[in-house]
Amino acid sequence: MVGIIDIINVGLFAAALRMATPIAYASLGGIFSERVGVMNIGLEGMMLLSAFTGVAVTYYTANPWLGVLGAVLVGGLMGFFHALLTVKFSGDQVVSGAGINLFAMGFTAYMSQVLWGSRGASESVSGLKPISIPILKDLPVIGPILGTHTPLVYIMLLTVVLSYILLFRTPLGLRIRAVGEHPTAADTAGIDVHRVKYICVTLSGMFAGLGGAFMSLGHLSLFTYGMTGGRGFIAMAAMIFGKWMPVGAFGASLLFGFSDALQMRLQSLGLLPPQIILTIPYVLTVAVLSGVVGRAKAPSDYKPYEKG
Amino acid sequence: MVKAVFVQILAILLAFVTGAIVLSLTGYSPTLAYSAMYRGAFGNMYSIGQTLAKATPITFTALAFLFAFKSGLFNIGAEGQLIIGAMASAVVGISFNGLPAPAHIALALLAGAVAGGLWGFIPAFLRAKYGAHEVITTMMLSYVAIYLTSYMVNYPLKAPGWVAQTVPIPESARLPRILSPSQLSASLYLVVLLVVLTEYVLRRTVLGFELRATGLNPDAAENAGINVNRGMILALVISGAIAGLGGSGEILGVHRRFIDGFSPGYGWDGLAVALVGGLNPVGAFFAAILFGALRSGGMVMTRVTGVPLDIVFLLQALVILFVAAPKMIRTLLKRSGLKWLGS
Repeated sequence: MVGIIDIINVGLFAAALRMATPIAYASLGGIFSERVGVMNIGLEGMMLLSAFTGVAVTYYTANPWLGVLGAVLVGGLMGFFHALLTVKFSGDQVVSGAGINLFAMGFTAYMSQVLWGSRGASESVSGLKPISIPILKDLPVIGPILGTHTPLVYIMLLTVVLSYILLFRTPLGLRIRAVGEHPTAADTAGIDVHRVKYICVTLSGMFAGLGGAFMSLGHLSLFTYGMTGGRGFIAMAAMIFGKWMPVGAFGASLLFGFSDALQMRLQSLGLLPPQIILTIPYVLTVAVLSGVVGRAKAPSDYKPYEKG
Repeated sequence: MVKAVFVQILAILLAFVTGAIVLSLTGYSPTLAYSAMYRGAFGNMYSIGQTLAKATPITFTALAFLFAFKSGLFNIGAEGQLIIGAMASAVVGISFNGLPAPAHIALALLAGAVAGGLWGFIPAFLRAKYGAHEVITTMMLSYVAIYLTSYMVNYPLKAPGWVAQTVPIPESARLPRILSPSQLSASLYLVVLLVVLTEYVLRRTVLGFELRATGLNPDAAENAGINVNRGMILALVISGAIAGLGGSGEILGVHRRFIDGFSPGYGWDGLAVALVGGLNPVGAFFAAILFGALRSGGMVMTRVTGVPLDIVFLLQALVILFVAAPKMIRTLLKRSGLKWLGS
């Protein structure tokens, strides 16, 4: 007989934080992009490409931190490319993002076969090692949940706070928000609208890159086909749920991370058919977007800005 | 018009050139790969049949994308609608054994359209009522459709044996094959009919006008007395129904049973094909033939040269990225001195 304690315990909450990490990174990416008026549905593909790059670089250098660096650079490159298509050439944001997603799917599957001879999974690499925070790890309840994780989890927590400060407590953040909310006014005030957009969308890709790197190097230590499984889209839902605020998006990511962790826990217990359990995060995402949120107002109208 | 077509063709060429670079860098011969792909796609009657067989479901999903897009909505979940439609057709095919052929086929097709339409209705309703963005919800519902149907063929509907599939549908529910032994079926006629119908509805009917008006400027449409929410729901329901019919065609015409994972991502192709086809139904049909050729030719290429099939999906993605921003191609043209084409 499976008791509730076997399902819901500190282990589950620790797993929830782990599963929330890639979603939180990507939702921060979504925030930076949407705050300057660029919708980034390519987060999914950027994560996937970065997850692949992280493993590929680690495979050849045996250093997972170089893998993380590679992942962030590739994410940033894809973000820059998205900006190029949508900001400079006024291409459709959804189309460009969807293109990036398909590109990531095709490229990683192709390269997986070229490098490792298998479409399904790469060879294992040495991933990031978990670290323990002194004192914190010995606290009851909090210790097992927060005390021991890979550094990317702690970096994510730090990034959430820093993103909030950057966006809402610095002049640069004010400029970023102005570009999204009122590009014409921003332009009149002497802000280089296109430049700010380039910077933020590139940054968006870099955040997605961290999320991808966490998935392939922090959570697993290999790359598997389509391993992001829609988390880029879930991250967008988290961003909307969090009203385009870093801390709010992080909170929403925790909710989705929890559903992911619960889904895995239920699967390992074999209570329900796995296919039904696997739908939980997606159903929750749809539910959150509809019922719980109410009408969320995006911080911009997503129109490309043409200098008058 | 000619210029627009030229820009599309240039985008496709650019994608193939980039693909060739990727192939060479990874140690394959682009010439061998592309020529094997061409032979596999158009080499003989069988391969032409296979190309058209792959082009058929892709045309369905392209029409589905197009219909929603013209109404200002992004239905990027055609994959899920196609799969749900396929499942509904399979269920009707299996359960109504003994019905005369035309009625059985019609009922199975109807079930596919209704199920696909329902899968389109959910995100449409959530968008109209709660403002939930359809780009995310249609995508999420695709995952739900994939897992839900996977559950059905692994448990309640599983045929005896190891494979996750249903029992075959009876003869009376099967769409006839064309160009046998290829997999091309009468589903092709259905989709050609839908191409014409979509073109007609969008261009020549009040509904089409209202939908296009909503797509171009929802506020203006609302002011002009068009019920935007109703239009939005209708557009996504029809869009989903078209994708669902595509799934029906696959089950009734090609596989004759529901097999877990039968769709190699036809739904994701819809967006690309609609764009490459210049966002009109007839163009989408021709673009679908190109994408069908990539898929059928790609399989032969993999068999003959050992190049991973995924280069095909890479090519498709590159085509999307190049057509995503026509301005980019125009700028490239201007830079290269072909000013008259770039204007």
